[in-house]
Amino acid sequence: MSKLNLTRRGALKAGAAAGAGLALPTYLSAAGHAGFTNAPGDSSVTLGFNVPQTGPYADEGADELRAFELAVEHLNGGGDGGMLNTFSSKALDGTGILGRKVEYVTGDTQTKPDAARASARSMIEKDGAIMISGGSSSGVAVAVQALCQEAGVIFMAGLTHSNDTTGKDKKANGFRHFFNSYMSGAALAPILANNYGTDRKAYHLTADYNWGYTTEEAVRTSTEAMGWETVAAVKTPLAQTDFSSYIAPVLNSGADVLVLNHYGGNMVNSLTNAVQFGLRAAEANGKNFEIVVPLYSRLMAKGAGENVAGIFGSTNWHWSLPDEGSQTFTRSFGTKYGFPPSQAAHTCYVQTLLYADAVSRAGSFNPCAVAEALEGFEFDGLGNGPTLYRAEDHQCFKDVLVVKGKENPDNEFDLLEIVEVTPAAQVTYDASIFGGDLGSCNPGA
Amino acid sequence: MDQIILQILNGLDKGSAYALIALGLTLIFGTLGVVNFAHGALFMLGAFCTVTLSRMLSLSHEVVDETRTDFLGNPLKVDVPYLYDIFGETTGAAIIDWAVPLSILFSIPIMILIGIAMERGLIKHFYKRPHADQILVTFGLAIVLQEIIKYYFGANQIPTPAPEAFVGSFDFGAAIGFDPNAIIYPYWRIVYFFFAMTLIAGVFAFLQFTTFGMVVRAGMADRETVQLLGINIDRRFTIMFGIAAAVAGLAGVMYTPIVSPNYHMGMDFLVISFVVVVVGGMGSLPGAVLAGFVLGILESFASMREIIELLPGINQVVIYLAAILILLTRPRGLLGRKGVMED
Repeated sequence: MSKLNLTRRGALKAGAAAGAGLALPTYLSAAGHAGFTNAPGDSSVTLGFNVPQTGPYADEGADELRAFELAVEHLNGGGDGGMLNTFSSKALDGTGILGRKVEYVTGDTQTKPDAARASARSMIEKDGAIMISGGSSSGVAVAVQALCQEAGVIFMAGLTHSNDTTGKDKKANGFRHFFNSYMSGAALAPILANNYGTDRKAYHLTADYNWGYTTEEAVRTSTEAMGWETVAAVKTPLAQTDFSSYIAPVLNSGADVLVLNHYGGNMVNSLTNAVQFGLRAAEANGKNFEIVVPLYSRLMAKGAGENVAGIFGSTNWHWSLPDEGSQTFTRSFGTKYGFPPSQAAHTCYVQTLLYADAVSRAGSFNPCAVAEALEGFEFDGLGNGPTLYRAEDHQCFKDVLVVKGKENPDNEFDLLEIVEVTPAAQVTYDASIFGGDLGSCNPGA
Repeated sequence: MDQIILQILNGLDKGSAYALIALGLTLIFGTLGVVNFAHGALFMLGAFCTVTLSRMLSLSHEVVDETRTDFLGNPLKVDVPYLYDIFGETTGAAIIDWAVPLSILFSIPIMILIGIAMERGLIKHFYKRPHADQILVTFGLAIVLQEIIKYYFGANQIPTPAPEAFVGSFDFGAAIGFDPNAIIYPYWRIVYFFFAMTLIAGVFAFLQFTTFGMVVRAGMADRETVQLLGINIDRRFTIMFGIAAAVAGLAGVMYTPIVSPNYHMGMDFLVISFVVVVVGGMGSLPGAVLAGFVLGILESFASMREIIELLPGINQVVIYLAAILILLTRPRGLLGRKGVMED
């Protein structure tokens, strides 16, 4: 029987070593790294797709997942190649990423920041994901982006429209292709002025959370600069379903435009209620009463049905765009799934290709090399015209679409018509106006 | 003044929905003593009866229109409802347009059957279990039901408009001497209010003026004595569960044009409905109806811009504040009676 010689000094040393070991996050202690988190082996690389699979945005999440699957198929040389054929960069050749077959794991954000962080963490720590992408909410995007920064992986944001994602909450490891509230306001304002005039009084109903605030601010600033007056701005609870008590006073408030800073179910319900209360047919201040929805999505338009007819809004992308990239993607997606892709699907597909391309151009999976390849990268052929991934805030700058609900849609997908493609220059802003600090890239290990 | 009338009107339709759901909850609690957390799901199932009937009426066959193309550039396949073939386009379109009112007839037998199946198949096994167990099992059932609906109908809302004849709003203000547009109120909400009143009156009349109702009321007051008289009260209570399910379902059916249905809509109403039941007085049917309208109107007033500016966030908590105040001053709720539901 051996004798255990335990000294006070030995016990302290052992305790300190054990404590340090336990405190070390598993993604830093994982075996096989090569100077950065989750360095892939020679045969395959794993990407993590974190989308809402349950909860109110589950349909949008399902569409994102379809786009991710399609992107992986194209990266691995399957299908018709999709936008690999139209992408201006030719670094991708359908043999995976740097010769490694692309595999993926999925997580469920539930559109809750804590759940999204937990699923992202699991994909990084347990599945070895080297990049996280997806999501349908700015709250989720900001939370997961911060996690990816700590973990040392790249975050390619999905659908997130708040200024904060690449504004005050921007991170060196995070990148956003989707447009933002500021761009919506800047693109919409001139169209609204042309169609409704500069002497208008607006009443804002705003979802009571981060995205609602930034969108209201952006639209107010842009429209007030044109001469519009803001009569009132009322916050509405995120859980609200019946907006009648918020909408009923609008017509008698002196306003002649209602701006609905709502997304998802909020937008569907508030717009439906507004139409029920006769706002679309009403007159105020001697003008036709108008409704504006700053951020549109086809899935939302479908939920609101014929109520969207004639209502202006903005969107990141639409399947009816005539450029070669958009048509190619719509054909690939439509042939595989039987319906056209949503803007959420488009941005997720593009983000996956952009990540893979950046790795290929950098010749490394090291997140800092990838970030460097993405910063200042100019590309075309992915559906939004010439685009810049700005180095200062990791925000893409590209054309923004102003759309209008179709009066007489041909079919269930034909709900929005493109009114104008606002040039990127018109929606570009100084990177410093929203504050925040990118910090420095974190490779993890 | 016009704003006050406007918010009272708004509160009435919201209160109608609260009252109908709370009425069903109270019926179940009063008869079977079960705290039914799946009651919101019954409201949601009613709404999806409308969606189902609407889809059944719109069942179509495809006709290829060579003059137009779909999103892939292929000739467009146009859906032509079978009803157009059977009744002609005008009549067929009119039947589809009236899907929501027609769903009343469609949903009543379905909801009664669902209610009876729920009670016989699951809930009866929990009568002698603590209330906490009943809450857990019915809440679990609600989650299962909403996930089933999500699986078949998706997570997005499904537009179910009112018939064309009820689209638009009534200028109530102009009718009573105010400025035009001062008080506008959608036609369908007026319909909903009167429908709710009729339904509530019908339930009360059923309980008050029929032999069946008399026995049920007797059973609610003293179950054991009624059983000693040789009456199978359990069977009658099961039927009452079915009726309560139908009341919640009908509330959901007629609510679909107001808020497009989605799988989660039952949960949105559930918590507030329980507050309504408690505020009204546990087991009190008139109390549930009164509290439904009172809290609906209070919620509307709290959503006024002037009130929110004065008390930010009040719109989100007003119902619960009112509940606290009422329960502090009247611990049995507005119309609760001593000895009812008090062990």
